[in-house]
Amino acid sequence: MKNTKKESIKKINLTIDGIQVSVDEGTTILDAARHLNIHIPTLCYHEDLCVAGNCRVCIVEQEKVKSLPASCATPASEGMVIHTNSMKVRLARKHIVELLLSEHNADCTKCYKNGICEIQSLASQMLTGDHMFLDLVPDHKYTIDMFNTAIIKDDSRCIRCQRCVRTCEELQGVSALGVAYRGNHMKISTFYEHPLFEVVCTNCGQCVNRCPTGALIEKNYIDQVWDAIYDTTKHVVVQTAPAVRIALGEALGMPPGKIVTGKMVAALKRLGFSAVLDTDFTADLTIIEEGNELLTRLKKALLEKDPNVSLPMFTSCSPGWIKFIEHTFPEFLGNLSTCKSPQQMFGALVKTYYCEKSKLDAKNVVSVSIMPCTAKKFEANRPEMRSSGYKDVDYVLTTRELGIMIKQAGLDFEALPEEHFDSLMGASTGAAVIFGTTGGVMEAALRTVYEVVTGREIPFEGLNITAVRGTEGEVREASLTIEKTKPEWKFLEGVELKCVVANGLAHAKKVMQDVKDGKANYHFIEIMACPGGCLGGGGQPIPTNKDIRTKRKQAIYEEDLGMSIRKSHDNPEVQLIYKEFLGHPLGHKSHELLHTHYTPRKRY
Amino acid sequence: MSDTKLKRVDLIFGEYSNVKYKVLADTIKLPNDKILEDLLESGLRGRGGAGFPTAMKWKYTAQAPGDEKYVVCNADEGEPGTFKDREILTRVPRKVFSGMAICGKVIGAKKGFIYLRGEYKFLLPELLRELEGYHENAKSIGLDFSIEIRLGSGAYICGEESALFESMEGNRGEPRNKPPYPTTFGYLGKPTVINNVETFVNIMMIMRLGPIQFKMLGTTDSRGSKVFSVSGDTPIAGIYELELGMPLDRFVDEFGDGDTKAVQVGGASGFCVPRKKFKDTVIGFEGVPTGGSMMLFNSSRSMYNVLHNYLEFFEEESCGQCTPCRVGCQQLRKGIEAVKKGDKKSQYLEQLMKLSESMKLTAKCGLGQSVANSFSSIVYNFKEEMIY
Repeated sequence: MKNTKKESIKKINLTIDGIQVSVDEGTTILDAARHLNIHIPTLCYHEDLCVAGNCRVCIVEQEKVKSLPASCATPASEGMVIHTNSMKVRLARKHIVELLLSEHNADCTKCYKNGICEIQSLASQMLTGDHMFLDLVPDHKYTIDMFNTAIIKDDSRCIRCQRCVRTCEELQGVSALGVAYRGNHMKISTFYEHPLFEVVCTNCGQCVNRCPTGALIEKNYIDQVWDAIYDTTKHVVVQTAPAVRIALGEALGMPPGKIVTGKMVAALKRLGFSAVLDTDFTADLTIIEEGNELLTRLKKALLEKDPNVSLPMFTSCSPGWIKFIEHTFPEFLGNLSTCKSPQQMFGALVKTYYCEKSKLDAKNVVSVSIMPCTAKKFEANRPEMRSSGYKDVDYVLTTRELGIMIKQAGLDFEALPEEHFDSLMGASTGAAVIFGTTGGVMEAALRTVYEVVTGREIPFEGLNITAVRGTEGEVREASLTIEKTKPEWKFLEGVELKCVVANGLAHAKKVMQDVKDGKANYHFIEIMACPGGCLGGGGQPIPTNKDIRTKRKQAIYEEDLGMSIRKSHDNPEVQLIYKEFLGHPLGHKSHELLHTHYTPRKRY
Repeated sequence: MSDTKLKRVDLIFGEYSNVKYKVLADTIKLPNDKILEDLLESGLRGRGGAGFPTAMKWKYTAQAPGDEKYVVCNADEGEPGTFKDREILTRVPRKVFSGMAICGKVIGAKKGFIYLRGEYKFLLPELLRELEGYHENAKSIGLDFSIEIRLGSGAYICGEESALFESMEGNRGEPRNKPPYPTTFGYLGKPTVINNVETFVNIMMIMRLGPIQFKMLGTTDSRGSKVFSVSGDTPIAGIYELELGMPLDRFVDEFGDGDTKAVQVGGASGFCVPRKKFKDTVIGFEGVPTGGSMMLFNSSRSMYNVLHNYLEFFEEESCGQCTPCRVGCQQLRKGIEAVKKGDKKSQYLEQLMKLSESMKLTAKCGLGQSVANSFSSIVYNFKEEMIY
């Protein structure tokens, strides 16, 4: 089978810089050159996105053709002779980069992306020292949108490559960003040029991950966090999300897929945080609360035949997804789990339970979180996230911001020893770690729910429920038949629990449309706003692409396997908090601190 | 001499038959191969300005796989100085519909669209009335080809074929990457023939007269006649159907005001020919091609102002998508301003000439690629006017 398929793909022979190469039909000149390790510079091109051919940086010379085709957008054809670095190409490319620079606010030392900016590195590569053309920046009226709590959009640094537009539309199905106006006035804008916080933007930050310049960046809170650390009257608690520990290394020069949990903890301690704790703890707590919530809803639906129960139930840990559903499918808000995200559960507990146990006054405690996410910044600033009586999470930093702090402190990250999280809200399980990847919440929930209902471990080898392990760019459906239940869960006997896992909001939209059209009959739906789940989050190190995300995913499952405890309900600190503080799942205190409500929003 | 005057032709606007849609009725009885053969023989090239051989365009689309194909008539006449399509659609719309219908038959399309320039909205009521008559006639001769009119919204770029498709599909009018070309991937991603209004009328001419008689007009490279929109410093501005391949000096003799210093051939995206080159310039695909626009300038005109005006036009009308066009147009306009003001030395013009060449080589679509035409021809020929 495989062989015949291979034969059916036509081969194309072409010559690039004097080297003959044979590629599959449909391969672009750019990809063909990459086969030969010939590097053609690109700018608007991004592996995750459809080809735009906008910037024209990747032009090449094709013999017998007058114009210089863009190699990213031109398929190889038989007998093509390509030159990637001819005199014509070099001059034209230099012109293009100079043109881009002439309308780019290049005050690099003031830019957040200084050092990791793609136009900057291209400019230094091309040696564009002498400004060939007039500076167009002073003549333009640029807008800087900094009203948002999560993302800043600075048009003066925009080079109009439209990566963000493609990301927002293709990957996320949100289309908060689009192209407005023509010609010299053309810009990337929002609906009627409203600031980001007034439009359908979910703060997912996928655009930030792909912006080649400093036009789209996270709003950083680095200085505020340093101030809190230096303030001797403050006790600064930091929590770190599961997906940070497998990606932070990238921000500090290490290859993708390295697990740096211990070094990260060591670094945080050296930065001066008073306590280094783990969001994993509340991830486990989420599973207990959310699992029980699911079982309660199933009980109402199946046993009590309550027609008003909202099924399927949707996960609620991804704040990008929450804002998306609030805008796009507000009629389904009742189906969302009322559980706060692990970050917010953690924040609420820091200023209550943690303070109580550590004999601290909550007003002197600053709660910081390190997240792979930009939407978490928005989430922490929601008015409903103050159930402790204070702002539950004071500052949210992305993985990237932590990387910057570590550099600022002059730490040699790779040389740091491996250290452990502090105790009390620092214990974690494998189930919590996999929250960082698509399908992880589902898997963790099933590990617990199945055991609660049957009294037995889930019947999969090594507790690995591979059927729900989501893949990027795919909606994954799975079902699990519950057998031999405990007596109190008898109504679930023989029930086929139908689950679906989706990542990337464009896929979430599809699932939601199916649910809306009554085409799908699920019980439990896990949705993560970002491609691949949190590991591909908008706060993760730049660059990102499928290869990098695959490596991060492998690292997460590796970390899960390496944990001595793999199920949320086995987390000793979780057991302790129920005993000492919360009472029981879905109890009064849980409702007060760990659950929330949602706000319907308009499309525009 | 018998040919002191340029040969006037009346094929585009003339009536072919007293019976409405007679040529169409006759033509659809012919086999497709015969129609294509006649077209090929005629040597007809697109009248929008680029001059792609029409027969080849139709043949490729006919051969492209797919059951769903479309015919699109480009009536987005936006090139400054061109107003011939308006006249054609006003006076002989039936010929346009018939040409489209024949194309539909040849390529196997059942649906045609006229993409009408937004500013030509006033033509719409009359065109819709005429279309009713067309649809009745098509029905009576058993032709399954309907035509719909879509209005543009005033963007110059939407005259570019792939941007036009995007606009028809309800998207932002931005050119697509090519390949794939419309012949395989046009409107809605289906094989599409897109031709200029005048091209469709030429089809009718060929079907009526036969390719041999059509070929008797024009030159080897530029067969047939062409409708010209003559404007500028001329006492007789208007629309004229003339033979292709005429020398420019004779055109100026006839249309100029006696003091013509330059002719802009082909609109803002075309070439500027100075007086000293009139004699050696042929209007046609072998010389300077045009979609019909002929703008005459006499010595009272500042060529700096002319160029500045064109550049402002391009700067506004670029879709803004690709770098060379979006930023290049701004740099060229500001560049000549800087030289004029003395902020930049005159040598800066050389730099700008190179830039315009790069734009020609690297822009994504015809718009950005053709800015260099007027820029380099005006700067090269009227350099002193740029500086002083």
